[in-house]
Amino acid sequence: MSEITPSQTVGPFFAYGLAPHSRCDWQPSDAYDWKQTVGSNLVTPDAAGTRIRIGGRITDGDGIGINDAMIEIWQADAQGRYASPRDTRARPNTQFKGFGRSATDKNGEFSFDTVKPGSVPGPEGKPQAPHIVVCIYSRGMLRQLYTRLYFSDESSNSSDPILTLVPGDRRDTLIAHKQSQAGHNVYRFDIRVQGGDETVFFDI
Amino acid sequence: MSLVFPKESLTVFPKHLTPAYRSTVKRSPSESLIIVPHTLSELTGPVYGHDAVQEGDNDLTKQHQGEPLGERIIVHGYVVDEDKHGVPDTLVEIWQANACGRYVHNVDQHPAPLDPNFTGAGRTITDKKGYYRFITVKPGAYPWGNHHNAWRPNHIHFSVFGHSFLSRLVTQMYFPGDPLFPFDPIFNSVTDDKARMRMVSKFDLENTIPDWALCFRFDIVLRGREATPQDPDKH
Repeated sequence: MSEITPSQTVGPFFAYGLAPHSRCDWQPSDAYDWKQTVGSNLVTPDAAGTRIRIGGRITDGDGIGINDAMIEIWQADAQGRYASPRDTRARPNTQFKGFGRSATDKNGEFSFDTVKPGSVPGPEGKPQAPHIVVCIYSRGMLRQLYTRLYFSDESSNSSDPILTLVPGDRRDTLIAHKQSQAGHNVYRFDIRVQGGDETVFFDI
Repeated sequence: MSLVFPKESLTVFPKHLTPAYRSTVKRSPSESLIIVPHTLSELTGPVYGHDAVQEGDNDLTKQHQGEPLGERIIVHGYVVDEDKHGVPDTLVEIWQANACGRYVHNVDQHPAPLDPNFTGAGRTITDKKGYYRFITVKPGAYPWGNHHNAWRPNHIHFSVFGHSFLSRLVTQMYFPGDPLFPFDPIFNSVTDDKARMRMVSKFDLENTIPDWALCFRFDIVLRGREATPQDPDKH
């Protein structure tokens, strides 16, 4: 039997601890003044690549927006390199961390400003299509849910070693769709936790 | 060091759907999760250095002009992997109710007083041996709407990173001997007795500071174990 410490829910009151500068409205004016460490803007001055915004809404089994969820994303930089000791390749964007958090607002909406990640190495030397690892926490979730975000304008999706493990009729739940907004590269990624057109979640 | 993250380790985690905790009913997937291999994307994870925190972030009793009301306590321990090796330089974040059982969050409408000298959030980075330490006040129990006369046991929320995105853990630390344990569906969502008790801190008399503060020890074991070297001849 494993000896790890079990997971417990993040509960409804995490915002002032984990995402104090986020868009959700939690805060008395005299709270302790945090230095922002983790936020929803991942862009650093040295981050090369295409600036993008990711926006979405997370909904429950009744289709109601989850207004007390936290979304975390983890991604490579535009060259496909991770800011992690486990990725030993040279990394030109030394300030780019690739990690972000967004607490949802009253409608269940979240958003991130980042750069589009590059392709990263996958199993057996096959490249993975550009993607972002997404982790979801909320009241009513006793453990986090993992999913992935892929981009609608990437032809390499069709050969991605992870996406091709997903039944064809459910793959579209992992695709962030590019939207035309003047001057901005916006991708829409809605997350349906349960029910019709339920987002694919991974056992990792 | 090359770590692997066995899926079997997750068997002690609660089930996504745990109907006794009512909010899980509409917030758990109905489809089976899809099993995928661990790629570089999962095996890497963010690293935060000491510049991520500022002095005082780990002392929740010094974040305002006055001292908060309640029992001052020390909460400390080690963040370790499954081989019991310390996880150094990793971000540990906590948040909690005040001594009266009230969170500063505006959604919390429990009619217990807010404390102008307590926000209830802290963070620190583990040292080279994986050690962390917080000073805070003991959080109060509070009622919630899950069922008639439902009360949460005293607890502190913990968020820990570790070596990889796969070791990321959000949990709750409880206090020894809490009479609410048998009645709390969140605590009891962990069905293995030993695993459940790993969420309960231990009273630490040795590190209790005379005339100042009780101490509780809470070690956190994250997913991740050293890969067993494989003999290439046996493949």
